[in-house]
Amino acid sequence: MGLERGYRARPGEWIAEKLIFLVSLTAMVMIFLIFVFVTREALPILLGRMSSAATLETAVIPPSQMDSLSSEALRQYLGLTPAEFAGKDRETLELLMELKQEIAAEAPEDKDATVNTAAWRYLLFPYQWTGYDHPVYIWQPVSAIHKYNIVPLIVGSLKTTLVALLFAVPLALAAALYVSQLASPRLKEWIKPAIELLAGIPSVVLGFFGLIVMATFLQNVFGYASRLNALVAGIALGLAALPVIFSIAEDALTSVPRTYTEAALALGSSRWQAAWQIVLPAAVPGVFAAVALGFGRAIGETMVVLMASGNASILSWSLFDSTRTITATIAAELAETVFGGHHYRILFLLGAVLFAVTFLANLAGDLVIQRLKKRLEGKRS
Amino acid sequence: MAEHLTPTIRVAAGLRQGGDAASAAATPLIRIENLSLYYGRAKALSNITLSIPERLVTAFIGPSGCGKSTLLRCLNRMNDLIDNVRIEGRVAIHGHDLYDAKTDVIELRKRVGMVFQKSNPFPKSIYENIAYGLRLRGMRDRRMLDETVERSLRQAALWDEVKDRLHASALGLSGGQQQRVCIARAIAIQPEILLMDEPASALDPLATARIEDLILDLKKEFTIVIVTHNMQQAARISDSTAFFYLGELIEFDATRRLFTNPARKQTEDYVTGRFG
Amino acid sequence: MKSFDWVSFFCTGLTGLATLLILAILAVILGNIAMHGWPAISWRFVSGGTESDMFDVTKAGIFPMIFGTSARVILMTIFVIPVGVVTAVYLTEYAHTTSPITRVIRGAVNNLAGVPSIVFGLFGLGFFIGFVGGGMDALFYPDNPRPLWGKAALIWASMTLAVMTLPVVIVATEEALRAIPLGLREASLALGATKLQTIVKIVLPNALPGIMTGGILAVSRAAGEVAPILFTGAAYFMADLPKSLTDQFMDLGYHVFVLSTQSPNIDKTRPILYGTVLVLVALTFALNFVAILIRARIRRHLRAVHG
Repeated sequence: MGLERGYRARPGEWIAEKLIFLVSLTAMVMIFLIFVFVTREALPILLGRMSSAATLETAVIPPSQMDSLSSEALRQYLGLTPAEFAGKDRETLELLMELKQEIAAEAPEDKDATVNTAAWRYLLFPYQWTGYDHPVYIWQPVSAIHKYNIVPLIVGSLKTTLVALLFAVPLALAAALYVSQLASPRLKEWIKPAIELLAGIPSVVLGFFGLIVMATFLQNVFGYASRLNALVAGIALGLAALPVIFSIAEDALTSVPRTYTEAALALGSSRWQAAWQIVLPAAVPGVFAAVALGFGRAIGETMVVLMASGNASILSWSLFDSTRTITATIAAELAETVFGGHHYRILFLLGAVLFAVTFLANLAGDLVIQRLKKRLEGKRS
Repeated sequence: MAEHLTPTIRVAAGLRQGGDAASAAATPLIRIENLSLYYGRAKALSNITLSIPERLVTAFIGPSGCGKSTLLRCLNRMNDLIDNVRIEGRVAIHGHDLYDAKTDVIELRKRVGMVFQKSNPFPKSIYENIAYGLRLRGMRDRRMLDETVERSLRQAALWDEVKDRLHASALGLSGGQQQRVCIARAIAIQPEILLMDEPASALDPLATARIEDLILDLKKEFTIVIVTHNMQQAARISDSTAFFYLGELIEFDATRRLFTNPARKQTEDYVTGRFG
Repeated sequence: MKSFDWVSFFCTGLTGLATLLILAILAVILGNIAMHGWPAISWRFVSGGTESDMFDVTKAGIFPMIFGTSARVILMTIFVIPVGVVTAVYLTEYAHTTSPITRVIRGAVNNLAGVPSIVFGLFGLGFFIGFVGGGMDALFYPDNPRPLWGKAALIWASMTLAVMTLPVVIVATEEALRAIPLGLREASLALGATKLQTIVKIVLPNALPGIMTGGILAVSRAAGEVAPILFTGAAYFMADLPKSLTDQFMDLGYHVFVLSTQSPNIDKTRPILYGTVLVLVALTFALNFVAILIRARIRRHLRAVHG
């Protein structure tokens, strides 16, 4: 009676379902590609296969003699892969030749010129460069000898993030507790969208505000020397992280069943006692997740720190020193690097580190939230 | 489809003249054999065997949670939508096993219409609600659509109330009217069987009465299976009644007999209202 | 009778004060921008170009930046909405909530939302410009010495932003899809509609407001982002508007950065800086505001449906 056409008789439906499934893998594929393409550019550094040391054995060819070389010889002279070589126009090649000439001219005078500064040892550990009387951590990728120690940048990132969290976490958590447990519903309807609005301010605007308004104000208050520093950047950064922490914490606190509060109130607790002694402890994992995700947001933020931190790559734990973060370094320097060069690749390495750190922070946050939701929902039913 | 059905209809109609008492034994349109259904590990239906006759109203009654709605949803495979459902046994319509791998669920659902407990008109106009199923079947001709919509609305006893506002949203109607839109929508595509899952439970007594009249009218053309928790309703409109308790079929008989002279103690307790 | 609970009173006040402080900071930021920005806004400023000098307070206009930002977010929307909506459809309509692949997809969406914007910039450079663009050049124009696709361009900036805002669209669309009562899907399926027909004819039309919210939120998020486009398409200065997908563009957010950090005389250029900031903030807020309104309506509906 015609009931037996079977599912296979609807190929359109089958194809559509498979296509929908394939498209839904995009987010996953993108995470994978981000990982692959960011680490791919950093791979030569990671594996220690790249050298920034001046190669002295080849003779220096002045750019004026460029046409006397075959393109293959020119490619090898500049140490480029065929793909890289093909992607460069004449001007760039000339520039590269000039660069090589300059390096060669300066190199012999400095023993450091033969050091491969892109090796792990120089990225992570201090080294006594010519002219220094003790080993130092230096990020200075501009002069003849590129110094690529990433420790000052890591410290800079941690320092500003720490300030941001110290500023944002107490405020955001207090506000989350107030909005979710203590405020009247009508007040809540107003406050929540307002704080969501704070999340809508572009980070470049927060950076602008930190740079133009807050920096001057804070300098007048504290009277420190460097106008732009970790404190200014940290507070501006805190404003970027605050809405993230608030909304996750508020969500976690709200998801604690109302019956908890009602039971406490019935036993004679004040609203505050119920919130502080019953609701907050039940939502502690959510609070942890909020801080973890806030950390991820803060350490990954670029424009705020690029504009408000002063960008001096000095290794210092003082909040009042100008400081430079991983993100700001990538943003400020990548445009000026040679495509595929060691500086370029080390910036990608920094990106990969950043990706790994935020990935872990987000993963931790998400896992905790999921577990919390499961637990609270399990109790409710 | 109609020409396939003709012989069966004639046989069934012949048997029906034999009287009310014979109804439960009439040529079964739907045969349920040893049907068990599990949600995960929990057994929701246990070993149900039941034959539903053609062109009569069969009611499923029982306390809530007894599995009557679940069984109803086995008849058009709406349970497929739920994860983790496992079914054992056999459900056949015209001898075709619904759970056979070769069965086309889409085709099945066109033959077995359904009206739900909570009226669920689409947020579209009344006209578009009725025309939805017709368009799915490829009806494009405007005149045919108009005619079928009108006929369905007349059958659902709604035409006079809505003929002037066919293109207004169905959500603007009253609860009873919305439910009748849903009935009109279901019968527009001319199914053989109409499943009704407590169609009047959310309605006031007046609207309920209209739906009941409608059901008595519709049974001339459709085989109706209705789930209800209202025993008076089952007594008023159904020809045969099945009583379920805790996932088991306790008793199935002609309605009059089941209500006046039940064979099982549990049935008697339930129909006389002595039930926990 | 119980004595007055001073501790509770004090602590409640403290959290209220914290909330108030956040709102005050927000008010100060917005007030400051509005106060200094408003005088700088004129028809010439928002409709004019930058032929001479973008730091010249009397002549500079930001139309090229408004144009560039609009172009990149519109393009981004075209890329991100279909992918985001289809993903949300898969997650709500097809996927088994407990299957490992669903969990991996959800995890990826959550993680994508947390990837730092500068990493998206690196990804755009390495993948879209280097791999896709460079690959296209090598494939189609092997003899052309100047890269056509393998360079910073409007299309790559838009695609990078589309990857970044994908989670925003997915999450908003999912919420909208879940707000549609199960009864509507059941009614459609019971009439013999296939799953795909049900999704196309019933589910998606009803989810349209939610999908729009997702799009608007994505746009408002992307409109202010600068880090992902630093290396993928934003130009410091361009005499002309971008004419093709492979051109670079000027951008409002990047222009705020340029004006704040590269200005030869920050005190003199302050008015145009504030004016640009005001336009950027007004743009993102207007979008956010609309999104919040639509979302509030959907949430009310959601509560009504699911009790």
